[in-house]
Amino acid sequence: MSASLDKVTQTLKEVIDAPIASYFESCVHCGLCAEACLFYTETGDPKYTPIHKVEPLRRVYEQEYTLLGRLKKMVGLSKPITHEELDQWQELVYDSCTLCGRCSLICPVGNDITYMVRKFREGMAVSGHVPDGIRGATKRTVEIGGPMGLKWPAVANVLKKAEEATGLPIPVDQAGVDYLVLLSSMEIVNYPEYIEALAKIFNKAGISFTLASDAFEATNAGIQIGASDIAKVIVTRIVDAAERLKVKYVLSPECGHAYTAIRWEGPNLIGRPYQFEVVHVLELLDGLRQKGVLKVKNKFKDPLILHDPCQIVRRGGVLQAPEALIREVAENFIPVADQQKWNWCCGGGGGASAIHTETAEALRAKVFQIKKRQIEDAGVGTMVTFCANCRIVMEEALDHYEMNTKLLGLTELLAEHLED
Amino acid sequence: MNDLQFLTWVRGPGLDIAVGIFVLGVLWRLFEIYSLGRKPDLAAPRHADGASGLHTVFRRSLPPHGMLKRSPVSYIGGYIFHIGLAIVVFGFAPHILLVKNLTGVSWPGLPSQFVDLAAVVTMAAMVVVLFDRFNKPVKRFLSTFEDWFTWAVTFLPVLTGWMAVQHLLLPYTLMLALHILSVEILLVVLPFTKLFHVFTLFGSRWFNGKANAHKGVPV
Repeated sequence: MSASLDKVTQTLKEVIDAPIASYFESCVHCGLCAEACLFYTETGDPKYTPIHKVEPLRRVYEQEYTLLGRLKKMVGLSKPITHEELDQWQELVYDSCTLCGRCSLICPVGNDITYMVRKFREGMAVSGHVPDGIRGATKRTVEIGGPMGLKWPAVANVLKKAEEATGLPIPVDQAGVDYLVLLSSMEIVNYPEYIEALAKIFNKAGISFTLASDAFEATNAGIQIGASDIAKVIVTRIVDAAERLKVKYVLSPECGHAYTAIRWEGPNLIGRPYQFEVVHVLELLDGLRQKGVLKVKNKFKDPLILHDPCQIVRRGGVLQAPEALIREVAENFIPVADQQKWNWCCGGGGGASAIHTETAEALRAKVFQIKKRQIEDAGVGTMVTFCANCRIVMEEALDHYEMNTKLLGLTELLAEHLED
Repeated sequence: MNDLQFLTWVRGPGLDIAVGIFVLGVLWRLFEIYSLGRKPDLAAPRHADGASGLHTVFRRSLPPHGMLKRSPVSYIGGYIFHIGLAIVVFGFAPHILLVKNLTGVSWPGLPSQFVDLAAVVTMAAMVVVLFDRFNKPVKRFLSTFEDWFTWAVTFLPVLTGWMAVQHLLLPYTLMLALHILSVEILLVVLPFTKLFHVFTLFGSRWFNGKANAHKGVPV
C-alpha cells in the first residue's frame, strides 16, 4: 500500500514550516546530537545520529523551498526521494527513534530534532513506510478503542474488580464531576492496581470523578505513527466525552505518550483550545501533597532510583512533581546523574515498543544497557517510574538481562503507603 | 593583469559584487526560511522559570549537561575558533578602517601582535576540528563536500591574511589581493551553505526554546 511519491512529497512539503527550515539551515554537521541519543551511544553506529534520521525530509525541503535547490532540481542535479529510500529510513524513523527529545536539548545551534522526526513520520505514514506493529496498534485504536484491542466490557470488568478490592465506588459516565479519568490499555491489562490506587486517593481527597465508557483510552497511536487525521479521531473521543460530561479536568494517566497526546497535541489536532484542563496524575498528586491531603503512614525502605519518562518530564513539562512525590514516600531515594529532563529513555517510547520484529527487539535490548548502567551504578534493587509503557519495556529488558531489579509505579507506591 | 591591477579589482568591483551577493543572498534566504511561518500552539501554556525563546538563545552557547566531557574537542575547538575568528575579523585595525570607510562606523582595534596570535591559534583550532571531522565516525559519516568546502573557504581568509601581514611566500600586494579575494568568496558562499548558521542559529534556538517553554521546559 504505497502512496505515490508525489503524495509523499506533498505531505512532507506541508509539514515543513519556518522552524524546520531554520533547523535544517542551522545544522553544521557537528554530530553532537549523536552523543545525546541512546541508539548511538549504545551501538556506536553513526547511522543513528538523530539529524541523519531526517535526511530525506531535508532533501524535500531543499528541493521544494530553496532557490538553489529548485534550480538544481530543474537541471536534474538533485536526488529525488524514492520508496526504496523511505523503506530504508523506516528503521531510523521508528525502530531507533523514541521521540525521547534528548537531542533537542543538546543541539548547539538549537535544533528541535525530535519535532523534525515527528513531522517526518507524517510523510512516512502517508507513504505506508510504517512498521506493522505500530500500524496494527493504530488500527485497533481507531476500530476497537485501544491499541491492545481492549473493549469496554473488559474495562468494566477490571473496574468492578477494583471496586471489590477497595470497597469504593468507581463511577462511570457521571456528569458534572471534577475529573474525567483516562487510562491506558497497558494499565488496564497489566497494572490494574493503578485504578485501585486512584480510587483510594480520590476518596481520601474528597474529589469527584468518573470514567467514560466511550472514552477510556488515553493513548494515541495516531501520534506515534504520524497520522494526524487518525490522531484527531482518537483525541476527539476524549474531548467529546469531557465536554458532554461537563468535567472541569481530564486526568491523564501515568502513560507518557498519552499525556503528550491529550495535553499538548490534542488542541492543535482539533484546532481549538479545550473547555477543560488536562492534568497529569502526578501533578494532581503533588498538588494534594502540598495541601497536606496526601499523607503517608510509613515509607518505602529499600534504596531506589527514579526513571523519568521522556514524554511526561522532558517533553511534557511535569518537572518537579515526580521527585517531590518520591521523596515523600521513599526513605532511600538515590538521584542519578542524568535525571529529570536529562534522563535516558527506556528505549521503547514513540511507538517503538509496538514493533516486534527480531531486529527491533534486539536493538531495544541493546540500548537498555544505558538504564542497566544507571541501576548498577546506583547499586539499587528497585526502580520507580510513572509510565506503563516504560515499565513494560523495562520489565522485558530486565528479564532479558536476568536482572532482579524490582519495578514499581509511582502512583501505586504512593497509594500503598497512604494513611488510611 | 599585474598584482596592483588585481588588487585594485578585488578592492573595487570585486568587493562590490561580493557584498552585493552577500546582502541580497542573506535577505533572500532569511525571507525564504522565515516566511514559511508556523501554526500557533493552541494548547494551554504552562509557565516555568528560565523557559523562553530568549533564554535558549543564550543558554545554548554553553555546553549542556555532561556534553563537554562527551565531546571536548567539539566544544573547546569550537569555542577557540569562533572567538578567534571574531577577534581577527573585528579586532584587527585595518579591518575596522575598511568598515569605517564603507559605513562610517568604527571601534577601537586590538594590538596587532595579539590579533596575530589569535590568527595562529584560530588556524590551529580549525586544523584540529578538521582532523576531528576525519577522525570521529559520526562526523565523518555526516560530512559531505559542503563540509570540507566551507571549512576551506573559512580557513583561507585567515591564512592569507596572516601571511600577508607576515610577508610570507608571495609579494605583499599579491597576497593582500588574494586575501581580499578569499574573503569575497566567503561572502558569496555564506548565504547558500551551512555557513548561513551564523544567521539562522538565533532563530532555531528561539523556536526550540519557545516551543518547549510553552510546555514549561527550559531547554
